[in-house]
Amino acid sequence: MIRFTGVTKRYPDAGDALRDVSFYLKRGEMAFLTGHSGAGKSTLLKLIAVMERCSSGTVLLDGQNLNHVSDKKIPYIRRKLGLIFQDYKLLHDRTVFDNVALPLVVAGFSPADIPRRVRAALDKVGLLGRERKYPLTLSGGEQQRVGIARAVVHKPPVILADEPTGNLDPQLSDEIMDLFEQFKQVGTTVLIASHDIALIKQMRHRVLQLDHGKLTEDKP
Amino acid sequence: MKKNKHKPVTRHNRGVSVSIQDKFYAFLHIHAHALFSSLGRLVRTPFTSAMTLLVLALAIALAGSFYILVVNVQQITGDLQSSNRISLFLKLEVTPKQAQKLAQNLKKNTVFQEIKLISKDQAMEEFKAYSGFGEALNALQDNPLPIVIQILPKPARLDQVGLTQLIDQLENLPEADFAQLDMQWVKRLQALMAIARTGVILVSLLLAFAVLFIIGNTIRLELQNRSDEVQISKLVGATDVFIRRPFLYSGFWVGFFAALIAWIIITLILLVINQPVAKLFALYDVTYQIIYLRFSEIIMMCFLSSALGILGAWSVLRYQLQQIRPE
Repeated sequence: MIRFTGVTKRYPDAGDALRDVSFYLKRGEMAFLTGHSGAGKSTLLKLIAVMERCSSGTVLLDGQNLNHVSDKKIPYIRRKLGLIFQDYKLLHDRTVFDNVALPLVVAGFSPADIPRRVRAALDKVGLLGRERKYPLTLSGGEQQRVGIARAVVHKPPVILADEPTGNLDPQLSDEIMDLFEQFKQVGTTVLIASHDIALIKQMRHRVLQLDHGKLTEDKP
Repeated sequence: MKKNKHKPVTRHNRGVSVSIQDKFYAFLHIHAHALFSSLGRLVRTPFTSAMTLLVLALAIALAGSFYILVVNVQQITGDLQSSNRISLFLKLEVTPKQAQKLAQNLKKNTVFQEIKLISKDQAMEEFKAYSGFGEALNALQDNPLPIVIQILPKPARLDQVGLTQLIDQLENLPEADFAQLDMQWVKRLQALMAIARTGVILVSLLLAFAVLFIIGNTIRLELQNRSDEVQISKLVGATDVFIRRPFLYSGFWVGFFAALIAWIIITLILLVINQPVAKLFALYDVTYQIIYLRFSEIIMMCFLSSALGILGAWSVLRYQLQQIRPE
């Protein structure tokens, strides 16, 4: 599903964020991306979401070479992804419902179809009944779950999460990880960037470890 | 661009098939939503919106009132347009009989459409009526006014050269003292009005640019305020077209409402000057009804202003939207 071949990302000022990174994630596989801060975790995720482009090498998503995707087609690539962020990136002037519905609205889903899908996604993360609330009235864990509902509402084949549990206590983190596990069960490819070693060990999934931009460990 | 690219169908979107009808409804829904949500945003920031709208409305009202002023003056002078009458003043020693004969001769000339003889007595009556001297003129022993023949040339002779020649010919008549083209000032005024019309176009163009830039700047600020929303929309796969849409509608609304306010301003101005203008015309014994903006002109003003709003928004978004990249 995701294939990196000899990928290097060089920033003009900061040097190499990624150096000669190669790995392959198959469909329905779940993996953690770990390493110290500044090791290149976020950069790697950004390359998959075409928020950045690699300096050399190739990034394939679902068989598509992302180096050759024009700016105009980037939105259609992103619709295959569910992105989850450490800071949730919710719209505070919109209700939970509107936040979760956003990926459906931008993709042109029929308005008759949207409420059902939004409720299904909210049900999955345990927030059914909170549709009319505004994000700031929810707790951190609940906000992150709104973010997850938004990431999965359009049933993307790939979920990318950047430190999804960074701001949450251990119990909430476990709940969120359980959610990811469920998505993996239904065939979604999940890649989670995290430096929470304890959590990663407990999950027994494949771990991609980055050290100063190099992939040092890739244990299945 | 191929249509199917818009379809959010991947292998995992099982059982999702978007029919053309659904797409059409989604399309309508998206547009209606953008239309009303942009309106809602205007209403939610009443102070900022009011300031912007007033500035725009003043610019539009400036152009609009200049225009309606020219329309009115044109209307007034238009009534006088037929006055290419030549007044032929006869020498004082010319008797009424001679004058009568001359008038008869002139009538035979095919160049003239209308010949009217004004006797000394008639001239005196008119002078009494309009000069305001009234009875004071009775004190005069002799009537000092000459006999006048009013001549209206046929329209074919109305061009400037023809008229000048005609006047020369008439002045060369032995009975003639001098000939005067009535209302030469009308011609001058009309020339002035032609300049004013060009002025309206130029001023409107300048103000249209002002409107364009003001709306562009308003949209730029709104875009900055909502850059989080733009970034998030981009991250969940919104195309630039999708993100641009509500802003274009904002431009539309701002332009539209500004034109409506401008219309109110212009109407108020006209209502205010209505009274003094009526008084002025009463002095000339004329009733003049001020011309207000016609319905079609109001529609045109709203249309142009909305179009400028959309254009202003579009030109800003074209570049600014590229600058906002999700981090």
